[in-house]
Amino acid sequence: MTLFIEQCLNGLQFGLLLFLLAAGLTLVFGIMDLVNLAHGSLYMLGAYFAATFAAWTGSFVLGAVLAILATLLVGMALEVIAMRRLYGRDHLDHVLGTFGLILFFDELVRLIWGPGGLSLPVPPWLDRSIEILPGIQYSAYRFAIIVVTLAVAAFLYVLVMRTRIGMLIRAGASNREMVGALGVNIKLLYTLVFGLGAALAGLAGMIQAPILTVQIGMGENILILAFVITVIGGIGSIRGAFVAALLVGFIDTLGRAFFPQILVELLGRQAGSTAAPALSSMMIYILMAVILVVKPQGLFAASSR
Amino acid sequence: MRKAILVASTALLLAAGPALAQQKSIKIGFVSTFSGPVASIGDDMRNAFELALDHLGRKMGGLPVEVVYEDDTLKPEVGKQKAEKLVESDKVDFVSGFIWSNVVYASYKPIVDAKTFLVIANAGETRLAGENCSPFIFSTAWTNDQNPIAVADYMNQKGVKSVYLIGPNYAAGKENLGGFKTAFKGKVLGEDYTTWPSQLDFSAELAKAKASKAEAVYMFYPGAAGVQFLNQYAQAGVKGSIPLYTTFSIDSLSLPRQKDAALGVISALQWGADLPNEANKKFVGDFKKKFGTEPSFYAAQSYDAAMLIGSAVAGVKGNLSDKAAVQKALEKADFKSVRGDFKFGSNHYPTQSFYMQEVVKTGDSYTQKTIATAEKNVPNPHAKQCSMK
Repeated sequence: MTLFIEQCLNGLQFGLLLFLLAAGLTLVFGIMDLVNLAHGSLYMLGAYFAATFAAWTGSFVLGAVLAILATLLVGMALEVIAMRRLYGRDHLDHVLGTFGLILFFDELVRLIWGPGGLSLPVPPWLDRSIEILPGIQYSAYRFAIIVVTLAVAAFLYVLVMRTRIGMLIRAGASNREMVGALGVNIKLLYTLVFGLGAALAGLAGMIQAPILTVQIGMGENILILAFVITVIGGIGSIRGAFVAALLVGFIDTLGRAFFPQILVELLGRQAGSTAAPALSSMMIYILMAVILVVKPQGLFAASSR
Repeated sequence: MRKAILVASTALLLAAGPALAQQKSIKIGFVSTFSGPVASIGDDMRNAFELALDHLGRKMGGLPVEVVYEDDTLKPEVGKQKAEKLVESDKVDFVSGFIWSNVVYASYKPIVDAKTFLVIANAGETRLAGENCSPFIFSTAWTNDQNPIAVADYMNQKGVKSVYLIGPNYAAGKENLGGFKTAFKGKVLGEDYTTWPSQLDFSAELAKAKASKAEAVYMFYPGAAGVQFLNQYAQAGVKGSIPLYTTFSIDSLSLPRQKDAALGVISALQWGADLPNEANKKFVGDFKKKFGTEPSFYAAQSYDAAMLIGSAVAGVKGNLSDKAAVQKALEKADFKSVRGDFKFGSNHYPTQSFYMQEVVKTGDSYTQKTIATAEKNVPNPHAKQCSMK
């Protein structure tokens, strides 16, 4: 039972981390109609910035704040310099253009920081395990991730549902042309939304840096999951991204935790332990396929465009 | 007069003929991973290979050496293409390198079919030492199961009764953990194979290992994944309570990022930077001087690969057309290995000793210290399955 609760916490933590990535992706995709493959590069930059700034300032929190600001700025600059040229073009052009950006950022990081990768140590005050329920020890850092990401999710909810800028964002996700026609400065809105998405990706990269490593290409694997979440949740919907991210986080973690045992019981030790990793990594995609059959627009479609 | 010159020069040409017709230079193809997250391993191997060439005066058997480096991008299909390119269009005399078992297993066929010698500098795919061995395949490393067997023996000696195994779900992961299981005398309480190379979060597996109440954990994660595993092992609060054993997951490339998380972790290798032989002192010293870092075991094996090729080319005096003679010269292994004694078994894999190494901290730097000899001069366990045809 304690194992099950611990695995649920792991799933929750992973899901929330994915939410940070997917939220930015779904905003950009939904509002600007831009397929941004380079989202993973911003995630990577967030981690590299955090590792660098934390080493400079000697403070984890200060390093984290600076890293998020830096990714925000890079994101806005990227939008102004590169992304603007892609609006209104075919999705294939987006894919090509942003794939080029992935290569650009990978090489840039190699030139600046070298190929070896960096490390961002967990701050000493979080580097231990705490007893969150009687008998359940859990990593303090992972617990902190859960708290911080939940706070960010709440902030996003308030921002999108309760403020004027959020209203524009929602309106933009439903009908872009109309928002522009009503005299809203759509250019500025786009820059802000892209910057916000970049900052969220940077936060995700920074927050996972002490658990995983900081290395070139770290955003590419996780980006695929983020796209899956965007599609499951409904493109442009923050709420959908939240629900889908938790779903994917739980299924992935619990699948890895308990599926192998079930398969070993069914198929025998040799076949079971070989098939399990492949099958448990497939489950997310099966979920996506099922949801797309039932609700082709995703769980929370932002519009019926 | 003119005729005389013509005759004389023809005579000269004829006399020099065999030498001229053979070789103008020695061409070596080197396949490794030079891009992506594990590029640092490929770079380390290339550095060591270049250092060996420097030590050889950039000549083998009196002929200049040319190396073509190719990036396999960690993908078997790319490795195969690169191998084909090296033998078909570059027409290299030797192919060396290869970090990954799955890459070398996809790539060896075109090399061997072209009757080109393959000197594997790392990848320990067991089938190439056993049923698929070839007169053209040599290795300066090991097979995937050898080092884990050494660790298991050491754990048996220490009286460890139960273990939990975690490793990646690809050829080397299965052979590594499989090798461990053949030698470990205690109970294996559970084993997990994770998606390779994409899965980097091991929280689910670590929680299971913790719940299994095993006395020790044995894991295998090469490259960057080893950094992630050790960090997460420490964060999950398991490090203090369950001792961790491993192979190939800690090296001089990953240690600067693993730091305290690696302290006290024990692994087994056939080589260590602190092994006290002359060749090793020269290698480690010059490597540090030239590249500013301590060489990894990948580097040590690559250095040996270059030295082995150099000794064979010198042994046949640069005449590489007689394949059987080159094979004989390679089998002699007439060079000073950085691991000390070096001899090939019947399957062209080294008969060698394995040492236990523990991560220690001296001042601000972390190193692997040799603490015991696990096995002395053991032959490769797959020689029996190799018919060498």
